[in-house]
Amino acid sequence: MTDTLLFKGIDEPGLNTIDVYMARGGYTQLPIALKMKREDLITELSGSGLRGRGGAGFPMGKKASFIPKGDMQKYVVCNADESEPGTFKDRELIQKNPHQLIEGLLIAAFAVDATINYIYIRGEYDQQGDILDAAIAEARERGIIGENIFDSGFSVQLELARGAGAYICGEETGLLDSLEGKRGNPRLKPPFPANEGLFNGPTLINNVETLSAIPSIIELGAEGYAAIGVKDSAGTKLVSISGNVERPGNYEVALGTSSRELIYGLAGGPPDGRKVKCWFPGGSSTQVLTADDLDVGYDYDSLEAAGSALGSGAIIVVDETQSAVELAYKLAKFYSHESCGKCTPCREGTRWTFHMVERIKEGTATPMDLDIMAAVQEQIIGHCLCVLGDAMAMPIGSLIAKFRDEFEAEIEENRNERERKLAEEFAAAEVEIEGISA
Amino acid sequence: MADVQRHVARFTNDSRIPGWDRAADLEKEPAVVPDAATTEVPAELRAAIEDGMRRFPVGDSAFIPALYAVQEHYGWCPPEGIEQAAAVLGRTPAALTAVATFYDMFEMEQLGRKSVYVCTNISCSLCGADELLAALERELGEDPDVNVRGFECLGACDIAPMASVNGIYVGPIGLNEVPELARQIRQGDDPLPERQLLKRPSADPKVAEK
Repeated sequence: MTDTLLFKGIDEPGLNTIDVYMARGGYTQLPIALKMKREDLITELSGSGLRGRGGAGFPMGKKASFIPKGDMQKYVVCNADESEPGTFKDRELIQKNPHQLIEGLLIAAFAVDATINYIYIRGEYDQQGDILDAAIAEARERGIIGENIFDSGFSVQLELARGAGAYICGEETGLLDSLEGKRGNPRLKPPFPANEGLFNGPTLINNVETLSAIPSIIELGAEGYAAIGVKDSAGTKLVSISGNVERPGNYEVALGTSSRELIYGLAGGPPDGRKVKCWFPGGSSTQVLTADDLDVGYDYDSLEAAGSALGSGAIIVVDETQSAVELAYKLAKFYSHESCGKCTPCREGTRWTFHMVERIKEGTATPMDLDIMAAVQEQIIGHCLCVLGDAMAMPIGSLIAKFRDEFEAEIEENRNERERKLAEEFAAAEVEIEGISA
Repeated sequence: MADVQRHVARFTNDSRIPGWDRAADLEKEPAVVPDAATTEVPAELRAAIEDGMRRFPVGDSAFIPALYAVQEHYGWCPPEGIEQAAAVLGRTPAALTAVATFYDMFEMEQLGRKSVYVCTNISCSLCGADELLAALERELGEDPDVNVRGFECLGACDIAPMASVNGIYVGPIGLNEVPELARQIRQGDDPLPERQLLKRPSADPKVAEK
């Protein structure tokens, strides 16, 4: 099957060790790449049509071509801080096939002539970090990482760095600050990391899945890889499907597959024959789509046309028994907790949105609050250094737009409930006073 | 509704930083880098911090590895541990504290050494994470050795609802399994061995087909 590249035989026992990986042809693409001219290698990566798998979908080859040439110290940083809610594809890749990532990263490092490289993994992935650390040590022992690898004259270092629990460190410049030992606050762009990144040097930052796809591109050739998928969405994509489905997990599909096939065919749809109420197509930061959008093709352009985005490739399915207000509550709470606090619209906007959703739940909100909430979301989008605030504003805005009736009904119901309780307490208090006076 | 953020200390105006609203004491001597010659640092702590420094060309980059080393040594990040790390790194304790307070995994007060993080983000809560957290808190909340807390997405939505027990991912956890899991955590046994993530095969049918 041509649409299984990243996950090919991924359950093979011991694949995380270098012997098993090499026995099935691992580390054969790296020496081929090392013999190519750097410009040709970047042309190959561009020609494959591979787009960044972390969330933004920026063409990988183009990003690599932005790295300036010259003798300055350059870096490649692999973003393994997978913290977008609903996403767990990188975890499976690192845990089961870490050498595929290392091979891809070394090819990218050679392409941009980066001799010092880091993989930044989130601190919560303790076991996966250990596996990756062991894999790096093995590769170093075999001389795959080190001086003059494969007699190419290219010397390379690779180290693992661990985060310590911060969503914002998945944002590329927040990640760089964290790697430099600071609080993970995003930086003003431009300058982009390609010009001024880690330790002020030119830095190429790519997601685990993007780098893991590179050995396949060298093997299949740019044209072979580009032939998979649909126009402007080349290759295969790991899709993490979770929430209310029968078979949650990671599935590798060619881009352009119908979303219904993913949610119902592969993941089995919601349990007990329940209906889909809404779904997040690309992690919790993308606008929700409803059951009417199930036939949209799962690729960058089709999802954008449907009013959402492919994001990190994580589908969260919500069935009809779940409450939209509860979803908004969880979202707002998450983003207000994770906002780094550097930009005011995000810091205050996420916090007040959380308080407003809390008010709905407590029964102290009015329908007008929905308009205020929608206005707050508009004020956040595009007004911050990074997209964390937007990442809350877009799903919450879309929830309010698509389920406004439900929000209004809940506001009404909770208000009545609260008033009824207050009246009861008031009545009980009167009895007590009467008791004293009697 | 379980209060998942109950361990995050809150101060005036919901701030997470104590004393943010107090005026700075301008009379106070400026903080200094602890004297490396007189600050006693346990040998293994020093070795762990230096291993972190080896990985980066710039010393500050070793802050996070150093804080991990302190937390490993003391079970949390106590002021004397931060002081010792600061002495090895040649920075002020304040610089390290500023970094430590940003990240969720560094404990700034003494809590149980055994950490149980229950994911309460969207996918897990759609599958009953709030009930799981409440049940684990009922079982283990009183145990001074255990730190049960709700956590944001742990990246294991395929095994929802799940928990990370001392870094080991376990799930899906049924409510009927909570007493057994709690017993294993208290006794330091392997948590629900058959439910551990590392043993889980891929869900993609094409992988099994070969």
